[in-house]
Amino acid sequence: MAYSSVKKKPVGKMLVTGILSIGLYAMLLSNQDKVNEIFGKGGWYALLPIATAFVFSFIHGMFTGHFWTVLGIEAAKKKKEVK
Amino acid sequence: MHDAAAAVSNFIDLNLIHLLYLFGVGFVGGLVSGFIGSGGAFVLTPGMMSMGVPGLMAVASNMCHKFPKALVGAIKRAKYGQVDVKLGLILGVSAEAGVLYGAHIQERIKAAFGDAGSNLYVSVAFVVVLALVGGFVLRDAIREYRSGNSNEEEKAGRLARWIQSVNIPGTMVYFKSLNTRISILFTIPLGFATGMLAATIAVGGFIGVPSMIYVLGAPSIMASATELVIAFVMGLGGSLKYAMHGLVDIRLSMIILAGSLFGIQLGAIGTTYVKPFMIKVVMGVIMVIVLFSRGLMVPVYLSQLGLIQKLGDNTVTLLKTVSFAIMVLALLLGAFIVLRAIWHGRREDRLLQTEAMEHGKI
Repeated sequence: MAYSSVKKKPVGKMLVTGILSIGLYAMLLSNQDKVNEIFGKGGWYALLPIATAFVFSFIHGMFTGHFWTVLGIEAAKKKKEVK
Repeated sequence: MHDAAAAVSNFIDLNLIHLLYLFGVGFVGGLVSGFIGSGGAFVLTPGMMSMGVPGLMAVASNMCHKFPKALVGAIKRAKYGQVDVKLGLILGVSAEAGVLYGAHIQERIKAAFGDAGSNLYVSVAFVVVLALVGGFVLRDAIREYRSGNSNEEEKAGRLARWIQSVNIPGTMVYFKSLNTRISILFTIPLGFATGMLAATIAVGGFIGVPSMIYVLGAPSIMASATELVIAFVMGLGGSLKYAMHGLVDIRLSMIILAGSLFGIQLGAIGTTYVKPFMIKVVMGVIMVIVLFSRGLMVPVYLSQLGLIQKLGDNTVTLLKTVSFAIMVLALLLGAFIVLRAIWHGRREDRLLQTEAMEHGKI
């Protein structure tokens, strides 16, 4: 049997993380005033923007990673030969 | 620093143009950061200010997108074995001290000489650092390219070899990027300078990456990847500091992050296709172009301080516009070189694979 190097593309994972990511952004932008009011209080409330950044980077980071993989843009398979 | 109540009133109304602009600049900045370890901030901060965001809030919001972006980039590049986490964390801690000291100097200059004095200090720092370091990096990249040895493994320079040879008992630490032990006493001033530059011109990597390459002897690819760890540590500390004063506009940070995470993944992938000297090319080109951009602003601030003849309003507007346009050009050119390198690298990679398959190697 011929060897195939074709990997299954993570379309499902991309869709799930994409929907979650859109959901996070929709939530943030549709509650802008409330978010600004609470996050702008300073002090211990500083943990909120930091936590938000971590959550967004986790979900949206996974989505963008899958996005390029699905498009077929991945790291070089092996180190290039020296010419 | 502003208090929280004042900061709340400074949140701007976002429209679709703002969203697209921040997303776009975020993408390009992320692409360059994923490749050379830093970049983008010098366009993002003035860009946000032109939208009506107060200066300090623009700096804070930029910083709050920088640390999660750097985290994602560092994780991606760690998968390729390019990150020296230990070196990044050690440099990151001293960089954090540099950020605090740099911010303190900025505050003192602003208190003594006002906004124009502070802007002049930033511009002069830009011009001096970028001329010295950027010129050196670009010259080295050109020399490496012309020598025909650009495919060979990078060798540590004379200074790095000396630093690697110094043994100070009780301070020696092994770093995988250097494949040897060096005294952490050498890393402290480098991290500190990186942090000071980050606090002054928002791009610490212009010191951090070249110092890891030329002073410590790290390969370019590993230096640019490790810079992401430093950027994460600095960005997290800085964001927390600004957020405690209610200065982070999380909407701006997260919209920039939306674009920059697409960019940073692509930039990181790009590093697996290129020869190491390309990191120096992109970094050197950006640094030298930005140098001209900031250089144009020096007469404006000198005039505002009364140190030279007063410039006309039209001249000031022209200089400001050209300066910003050159800065945008620097970032776009950097992104273009990265994309072109990825494009060529992928084509060569495919050709190699096809050849290998034809010869029955795969």
